[in-house]
Amino acid sequence: VIAAMTADPEVLLVAVPLLGAVASFLLGPRGRGLVVAVVSLLTAVATWLLLARVAGTGAYTQALGGWEAPLGIVWRIDGLAAVMALLNTLVGLPVNLYALAYFRGGAVNGEKARHFWPLWLLLWGALYALFFSGDLFNMYVTLELTGLSAVALIALSGKAGALRGAMRYLLLALGASLLYLGGVAVLYAAYGVLDAASLAAAITPGRPASLALGLISVGLLIKAALFPFHFWLPPAHANAPSPVSAVLSALVVKGGFYLLLRLLTDVFPAAMTMPLYHGLGWLGAGAIVWGSVLALRQQRLKLLIAYSTVAQLGYLFLLFPLVLREGSGLEGAASRAWAGGVYHALAHGLAKASLFLAAGVLIHARGDDRMEGLRGLGARLPMTATAMALAGISLMGIPPGAGFIAKWLLLTTAVATGAWGWAAVMIAGGLFAVGYLFRIYRRLLTEPSGGEDAAATFHTPPRSMEMAALMLALLAILFGLSAMPVFSVLAEGAPALFRIYLEGTP
Amino acid sequence: LYLLTATLLLVIGLFGLLTHPHLLKKLLGLNIMAAGIFLLLVAVADRGATPDPVPHALVLTGIVVSVSATAFGVALAIRLYRVTGRTDLDGDGEDNP
Repeated sequence: VIAAMTADPEVLLVAVPLLGAVASFLLGPRGRGLVVAVVSLLTAVATWLLLARVAGTGAYTQALGGWEAPLGIVWRIDGLAAVMALLNTLVGLPVNLYALAYFRGGAVNGEKARHFWPLWLLLWGALYALFFSGDLFNMYVTLELTGLSAVALIALSGKAGALRGAMRYLLLALGASLLYLGGVAVLYAAYGVLDAASLAAAITPGRPASLALGLISVGLLIKAALFPFHFWLPPAHANAPSPVSAVLSALVVKGGFYLLLRLLTDVFPAAMTMPLYHGLGWLGAGAIVWGSVLALRQQRLKLLIAYSTVAQLGYLFLLFPLVLREGSGLEGAASRAWAGGVYHALAHGLAKASLFLAAGVLIHARGDDRMEGLRGLGARLPMTATAMALAGISLMGIPPGAGFIAKWLLLTTAVATGAWGWAAVMIAGGLFAVGYLFRIYRRLLTEPSGGEDAAATFHTPPRSMEMAALMLALLAILFGLSAMPVFSVLAEGAPALFRIYLEGTP
Repeated sequence: LYLLTATLLLVIGLFGLLTHPHLLKKLLGLNIMAAGIFLLLVAVADRGATPDPVPHALVLTGIVVSVSATAFGVALAIRLYRVTGRTDLDGDGEDNP
């Protein structure tokens, strides 16, 4: 087993959560803790091996079952895939710890846990598979897997709001993946290959490529919840159980972004046009402003965090217009923007997962998530308040958060190449983030005003839930202190244009 | 001809998905879209002397995905109807005091 593990850590990363899903379904409540512990341990080890292998010997491909492209399924593991897998693991492990406590006790919770674990482990495995996919059809299958299991997880609470959010997400997700599949069909009709590498070589500017590009982009933008396709996200994310919200905001929307980034920069560059890059940037800017404004207006904690996700996702798409600034005054501008964007995906994933988990702790303590109910909780739950503060530092882009490095890269690129408009949007987005996050802190850190409020309901949450939130927040800071290991992995197998900055740093 | 039909089905399905408030009709719209895309893929396979097997494999996988997704969607719609007594997505806010 150990030899197999060191040889193919990526196979293990997908197989272990999937087997864990089956096992947790079959074994029921008694074996659950054991299954989760084993799955967590194996994925942690496999992720480490995967990173070591990519850092050591570079990007590689894995032909499943010995079938080569074009007929077989080929995985492509490069730096970008490895970093996304790292994010998946780093978010997944604390979520495991948290969910064990979250779903403990009570018949209702027992019933939910029975459904939660198989679905979440399925989602987890599907996300690894998505990040490793090397051909467009396999991407479709993994996209559907993540989408369907995510919908089921949202509906878990069985309340009307959750069911409605889940249904809306399901319809959009299915429509989006059909558009994507339509684009894939057009590509196959025109070029006869679906493997990303062969397609990149075969693609030529023209009507089939443009049509496919349009269908695939719209499909993935809906999945990635980019403004103006964001409307499904807040109700779905805010109504899901807290560990599910964390996974959705941190990982699932990143799946759509990841595929879009991969396809637009690896496969489609030949068919991309200037207006398209700028259009994506404009949508990103729109998302930052619109998401932030709505986040400032929310009266419920989880809706606020969900709208903040809409805003932060906007940053990811600013990397597209900035990539174009190559050659206008800053060497390696494209690679700086690219690295910044990917690092933002990592930073936001960690910080947002921490915020949602911490929100779950606060909801556990108070029984609901109205903003006004938060008063006085900071003093009673210092660990959770610390987690929220640290995650917020990263989200606002203040050093030493990981978000700072991401936004610094994007911002300096924009300024150095004279893209003042984009720079202004980014700075405004940072100020907005300070604004809406302080709405949370102000209430957390003040004492309740009246004497009656002090007697409001308070249930002591399990220690491990608080710890999971804090772990993620600490990781968000840790990656702000030291980014170079991630960048050196990221450079492996990246397109040449994006390696300039990454390899220029020791 | 196949291409034309496929595009037509795709558009009809998308139209149904967007305009009908009833959830079952939305799901049917999605299925019509899927049928359009599968037809497109099958039409793609018809070139050269022997049919190309790759699109067939894709269509089969697509059908499996589509069937399970539809089943899941219908189950969710039934659940929503039992909880809220509605068959559409209106009425947000009624249950969020």
